[in-house]
Amino acid sequence: VIDPLPPATTSYGPAAVWGVIVAVGVATFCIRLSFIYLFGRIDRVPPAVTRALRYVPAAVLAALVVPAVVSVEPSLTGTLTADRFLAGAAAAAVAWRTENVTATIVVGLVALWVLRFAVPV
Amino acid sequence: MDLPRLPQTAREGVRASLPLLVGVVPFGLVAGVAAVDAGLSPVAAVGMSVVVFAGAAQLAVIDLLRTDTPLVVVILTGVVVNLRMLMYSASLAPYFQQYRARWKALLAYFLTDQAYAVAVARYSEASVDTDTGADEQVDADAGVDRGETAGRDPSVDRRADGDCRGADGDGPGVTAEGAATDTATDPDGVDEGRDRFYLGVAVSIWAVWVCATAVGVGLGRGLPDTWGLDFAVPLVFLALLVPRLEDRSTTAAGVAAGAVALAATGLPYHLGLPVAAVVGVGVGLAAEGVRTS
Repeated sequence: VIDPLPPATTSYGPAAVWGVIVAVGVATFCIRLSFIYLFGRIDRVPPAVTRALRYVPAAVLAALVVPAVVSVEPSLTGTLTADRFLAGAAAAAVAWRTENVTATIVVGLVALWVLRFAVPV
Repeated sequence: MDLPRLPQTAREGVRASLPLLVGVVPFGLVAGVAAVDAGLSPVAAVGMSVVVFAGAAQLAVIDLLRTDTPLVVVILTGVVVNLRMLMYSASLAPYFQQYRARWKALLAYFLTDQAYAVAVARYSEASVDTDTGADEQVDADAGVDRGETAGRDPSVDRRADGDCRGADGDGPGVTAEGAATDTATDPDGVDEGRDRFYLGVAVSIWAVWVCATAVGVGLGRGLPDTWGLDFAVPLVFLALLVPRLEDRSTTAAGVAAGAVALAATGLPYHLGLPVAAVVGVGVGLAAEGVRTS
């Protein structure tokens, strides 16, 4: 089964790319500076915001990970045996056991290479 | 490590950052590889590490640019990924209150998950010992005044300058600021060198991050596409995600967001990601509400 590959490279030009870099950079800087700068005027994050922010990393990261690892195939077996899914599952196990970024990357990539190049399908 | 030109507190910061750098290197390599893989120029790839300086957001932005996602969604995603730093900013604010605005801006630029974690651990330890810091938040205005005064007093300037010149070796024009914000005049005396310790940690991370990105750019241009190195990006996200699933409500948030993102892959304008994130946060809050009520 061959994944429908997304376009390999961006078709945005340098101006758009730099526009994104600057926009995200400036916004991120404002986030970083926010309370450090405003201290004395606003000392605390409103509790409701704090509560919601607790879920942002889990939600955003999961929304990035799942579609990149799971590709929905016509059959359930196809979905569960796609190389990225199996490699992702191995990496998730390592992430859960070690919470180590490097180990997760290494195991995930090696698993992908083994499945791609060493296992005849 | 011998860093004779750095003041003691800055050296302690550099030393405290060393174990973290082991994790920064592969992450930076991936950021560089992924950027050139996605068709960004080498300069834009390294430029992003300097301007944005936030790994997860950079990888998200790179990934979305690669798939030609509308720019509004790309930017919003990058920003949302970094919203967590509001918490860090709020948490560090009382410890940085005595510094001048421009120095605060510099400190803020270097703020990362790792630098925050190390710095706040040290500061809170110190404030337990001496019972200052967070408890004196009300005194914010006085604190600011103190910083300003120190900056204008030439004698203080000179003394502080000689003491901390080395810490600011990474950029011209920084030294004067460092002198102005030296906390030697702080009557409490306990927070002396807070900024130096923080910068020791944070600038080390920054330098390694930018260098690792540059090396990754070199690697990315040399490695064949069939190796699937772009898969390293979701692997990094995975490694960051798993520790965040710390209890039932955060896990509910992650599961819901992942499911929605997968179901929404067909949505126009790549709206799946923001929709999934919002649903995930909502489900997390709902799960928390169910548990506590």
